Amino acid sequence: MHAITTILDLPEEEFLNPGNRSCSGCSLGIAYRVALKALGKDTLLVVPPSCLTVLQGLFPIAATKLPSLNVTFASTAAAATGLLGALKAQHKTGIKVVAWAGDGGTSDIGIQALSGAAERGDDFLFICYDNEGYMNTGAQRSGTTPIGALTATTPFKGKLQPKKDVPAIMSAHGISYVATCSAAYPLDIYDKVLKAVTFTGVKYLHLHIPCPPGWGFNPRLSVKIGKLAVKTGLYELYEVEHGQFRLTGASQKLADKKNLVPVEDYFKTQARFRNLGPDQINEIQQLITTRWERYFQTMENGEEG
Amino acid sequence: MHIIESGNVAAALGVKLSRAQVIAAYPITPQTPLTEKLSEIVEAGELDAQYIPVESEHSALAVCIAASSAGARAFTATSANGLLYMHEQIHWAAGARLPIVMCVVNRGVGAPWTVWNDHQDSISQRDTGWIQIYVNDHQQIIDTVIKSFRLAEEVMIPIMVCYDGYLLSHTYMPFDVPEQDRVDAFLPPYKAPYALDPENPANLNTVTLPDIRFDAQGRLAHGYMEIRYLLQEDMRKALDAASSIERQFFEMFGRGGDAFFELYCCEDADYIAVSMGSLSYHLRDVADLLRASGIRVGVMSVHLYRPFPASMIAQALVHARRIIVFEKALSYGYEGALCSDIKSALFHHGHNQARPEVLGHVLGLGGREIRTEDLHEALKHSCTTPVAHPDEIGWIGLKI
Repeated sequence: MHAITTILDLPEEEFLNPGNRSCSGCSLGIAYRVALKALGKDTLLVVPPSCLTVLQGLFPIAATKLPSLNVTFASTAAAATGLLGALKAQHKTGIKVVAWAGDGGTSDIGIQALSGAAERGDDFLFICYDNEGYMNTGAQRSGTTPIGALTATTPFKGKLQPKKDVPAIMSAHGISYVATCSAAYPLDIYDKVLKAVTFTGVKYLHLHIPCPPGWGFNPRLSVKIGKLAVKTGLYELYEVEHGQFRLTGASQKLADKKNLVPVEDYFKTQARFRNLGPDQINEIQQLITTRWERYFQTMENGEEG
Repeated sequence: MHIIESGNVAAALGVKLSRAQVIAAYPITPQTPLTEKLSEIVEAGELDAQYIPVESEHSALAVCIAASSAGARAFTATSANGLLYMHEQIHWAAGARLPIVMCVVNRGVGAPWTVWNDHQDSISQRDTGWIQIYVNDHQQIIDTVIKSFRLAEEVMIPIMVCYDGYLLSHTYMPFDVPEQDRVDAFLPPYKAPYALDPENPANLNTVTLPDIRFDAQGRLAHGYMEIRYLLQEDMRKALDAASSIERQFFEMFGRGGDAFFELYCCEDADYIAVSMGSLSYHLRDVADLLRASGIRVGVMSVHLYRPFPASMIAQALVHARRIIVFEKALSYGYEGALCSDIKSALFHHGHNQARPEVLGHVLGLGGREIRTEDLHEALKHSCTTPVAHPDEIGWIGLKI
């Protein structure tokens, strides 16, 4: 899927106020702003404690113009189910329910409720914004922190385990729509949100969210680093629609042109990877190359993604 | 209509008559038959509600919290470890001022595992900001569920309706099921004072600062402490609300009459036994026996435990020589919570008055059988023997 919407087609109405409390260079702001444009006014949001809680502001001031329910950390998906239940019970139609949780709130403490809702087929969109750690509490490791990354709780050796593949876990639930996006490609987010809400049951979007203070880079580089993650093939943009996988957008182009940027170029932009030695980088490069050889093969065979 | 059914079915029928709109629950003994019955009622189309079979108790209350935040009447039920697994959500529901009703089918908590009755589960949730009501029989279960929705929605505070696992949940008793139209007249549909709504967007339960703060229009808004102060204020106001609702219920249905407690033979009593739940009926039998032997004993069963109707309780007890509290729960390292609360109520009641002595007994933990002989012995001893160590709790039925 190529981006359908262009920057000129984006609705002008804003649902995120300027001057919110996100850190400078935070790419969550980009993703949130554009996704809310796609969702529109008739939306109820559910937010567990996370960077987004901070972005949304301190009582009695709110940065978001949509109704938003702050809930406990582990309960995001169940709360979304509860909102749906209340809408159905009151015979209200035409209102979307959308949960926005961080990677810890999704892959770690929130996964039980999310898995339960996915299995029940509750009709809401769950968006995980993945800044690859507990960034709101000072950059501790999470299930989705990549291997080798230094965090506040992996301070010397870096994380020893690979990143948990949450979109694959969600796909394994057999839900109708799973997709990955990056804050560096906001129009892709817009289109995938628009598409996601046309499916029934739990829909899952996983957003890659570069985080200047958590990852250790200059705030002006957020978009560049987000793009590098995609161009190195480390992070793929894809959709799984009723079980059918296909690369999308920039990742699809990458598979066409076979011009993977060396992953080292991504690692050297961020302080969290400063401990990675050449052997480790080679190992990771090998994994990426092997994975992408399969994508190249698929493209050559003329199959759609 | 009078029927003979279990306590769990009485609760389910109360929920049905209250027209709950969203019901979420996770199975746990001895609550399970209650939620099974509710799923049956909803699936059969007898109640226009969403029944959500969640994957945990934490999610059960999460569903109710969100549903209530969006304006629906919400119900859940649990026991023991399920209740404890909800703990942060229990605080959350009260802090968010959501009129959820939850049945707690009282059971002991692990470790070690027990499925049998005591009150440790709900007593351990005493300080969460929920109203707690303990009931004694099946009629009170069904009536209290209905009254609780009314009270919760009037004061915007969630309510736990607590009844004994097995002793009430699984036993069969005759009780009256009120007619739907009369319940409808007593309990109108829920109209939330505020609810999540795209036409009127709000960000609920946001991070709130220690101090008060201006909003974007320059109006002062509460800080965290003001919000919590109002919960306490409204909890105290709930005493009057509970009384008035109880009176209205009595006028309409001819049952009940005292929202706070029930007194049995207390007018002339020298000794008053105090307890909560089905145990109080057991104590009435023992009181009859003791009265027959010339010891003037009365029984108080406390219904409304939070907010605690302290001055009314003290007034009802202060004339006695000795108060003997029987509890199925314990604040480890001290005494039963009800015993402490009774002492505190009497302490605050009238400075120059002679106060009765208060003795605490613990019994029935993890379903240990409460034998009438043991209860008789303990109560008789407590009435007739000078108190050597008033701070020591008595253990009834202990075999160590």
